[in-house]
Amino acid sequence: MLRRPSFPHAMTQAIPASSATPALPRPPLIASDTAWGLFFLFPYIIVFVLFVAYPIGYAIWLATDLKAYARIFDDPIYWRTAWNTLIFLLVGVNLKMILALFLSGFFALPNLWIRILGAFFLLPWAVPHIPSIMSIRWMLNSEWGMVNTLIFDLFHIDGPNWLTNPAYGLSSIIAVHIWKYLPFWTMILVAGRMAIPRDLYDAAAVDGATAIQRFRHVTWPQLKALFLTSTMLTTIWSLGDFNSVYLLTGGGPADRTNTLATMGIRYAFRQADFEAGIVTMVSAVPILVPLVILLTRRLSKAGGRQQ
Amino acid sequence: MTRRVLEQIGLVLLGIVIFFWTMAPLYNMLIMSITPVNAIFAGKFWPDNPTLGNYATVFRQENHYLTYFWRQLFNSAFIAAASLIVVLAVASLASFAVGRLKLRFAPFVNNLALATYLIPAAFLAIPFYQVLAFYGLLDSQWGLVFAVVTFTTPYAIWVLRNYADSIPFMLDEAAMVDGASRWQIFCLVYLPLIRPAMIAIGTFALLHAWNEYLYAFLILSHETRVTLTVTLGLFRSDDSAPWPLLMAVGVLYSIPPAALYFSVRKYMVTGLTSGGVKD
Repeated sequence: MLRRPSFPHAMTQAIPASSATPALPRPPLIASDTAWGLFFLFPYIIVFVLFVAYPIGYAIWLATDLKAYARIFDDPIYWRTAWNTLIFLLVGVNLKMILALFLSGFFALPNLWIRILGAFFLLPWAVPHIPSIMSIRWMLNSEWGMVNTLIFDLFHIDGPNWLTNPAYGLSSIIAVHIWKYLPFWTMILVAGRMAIPRDLYDAAAVDGATAIQRFRHVTWPQLKALFLTSTMLTTIWSLGDFNSVYLLTGGGPADRTNTLATMGIRYAFRQADFEAGIVTMVSAVPILVPLVILLTRRLSKAGGRQQ
Repeated sequence: MTRRVLEQIGLVLLGIVIFFWTMAPLYNMLIMSITPVNAIFAGKFWPDNPTLGNYATVFRQENHYLTYFWRQLFNSAFIAAASLIVVLAVASLASFAVGRLKLRFAPFVNNLALATYLIPAAFLAIPFYQVLAFYGLLDSQWGLVFAVVTFTTPYAIWVLRNYADSIPFMLDEAAMVDGASRWQIFCLVYLPLIRPAMIAIGTFALLHAWNEYLYAFLILSHETRVTLTVTLGLFRSDDSAPWPLLMAVGVLYSIPPAALYFSVRKYMVTGLTSGGVKD
């Protein structure tokens, strides 16, 4: 099974130069490490070239077709989609992260029942999108869903058309997105709070700080870097949240609740216009690329350690 | 004293709200799955005649939506297992190279992997589909395995490398003095030590593959090759479809990931927080 690699040169050089000549820099080691490095990286390089570099290169090539931009910019649905995406990001991401920040304080408490609740709280994240979002779709059905039944029982009025009115549709999408992803970000921020040294809080308690002062002067300064990184990460991934939209409203009614992710797929696979699909995704590049560059720097600098 | 009591009451109220918010969709799934198929248009909080008949129908594949239930369940499991193995192999090898060897291009590889990890998968779906067509991997389960591998491996490399940073280099050096090759160090020193992180990313890869929907329905089409997620998606455009059956399948399909999550929760939290984040 575990075949020895066939790098005779590297094999003979495997004895560390440092043990023979400790004072010198280690050129032979570096030479053999390069060969070994390529050997160990070989499978990933293949995956990267075949499934990342080539599709991206192909997409860039297709995205030079200026007529495709004209086609989507002439389509009023595209502008509606771009607007929806902006609302989805501004409201969805911010609401989710503020709730996560607030709830991370709750779930960081040591009470046993809160920790048990925490295990259940993460279920939406572990359970597959498909059945849970379909279940929510049924709950929001205006005639026979659980939500409107509850509204009718409590207030004796008919609840709104959650999925067939575009404004409610987008709000429902945001709610589903938060239901699905809030637990994960809360857990990340809980971990961040746990890493704050206890004695900072002890010192604040000695000074008689109130809860709000504790948050402003101890928690927030310690948590800020992680919070910003998380917000940027989730902005990118929310941009790519296909399931919450597609499975809940399918972009309807009349394509008025699409976001860029579902609209691109729709152009490409429903209308068989691959160029339009790709340039729809490309039109998110002004948001996407700066965030990716900023985050790559932040994360490689942090070395992945929790800040 | 009263302040403390009020505080506790506030916490409990908040806990109740969180509990209902979290569990309502899952509860709805559960009660719909035990509602008789014809009695569904009710919006009840508990069905009048609860039945396990829907599960029996699913198991016996007695509905035209579910002719290949067992086959498709097997497909989901096969794709998850294959993805798990490929991700663990590719990522552990690559993380050893960038984390343990002295390579001039290690930072470059790291940044490439990080940038890949940041791109939303949905944004690459269209060119990915076309490239798979070019490779002849459309409607092939390996096409879907490679899609999962593509989007999971960068994160896995990153988590493993960060986790391995805490392993002293002295171990590698001691092994080298004893005449171990890089390959032996990888097998005998590195792999055993990164086991907790491997469990975390292995779980992550399994969940990702099992739950994947977009790439599954784009890549796979023949009904004996699709995963169960694709079949569940078919109900989407059909309000007159037998939804209680869909929900029974949904409950069954949710049990393995939920069970896996509960059993390796300890590792997940360590893995995810030591390696940063991925939702």
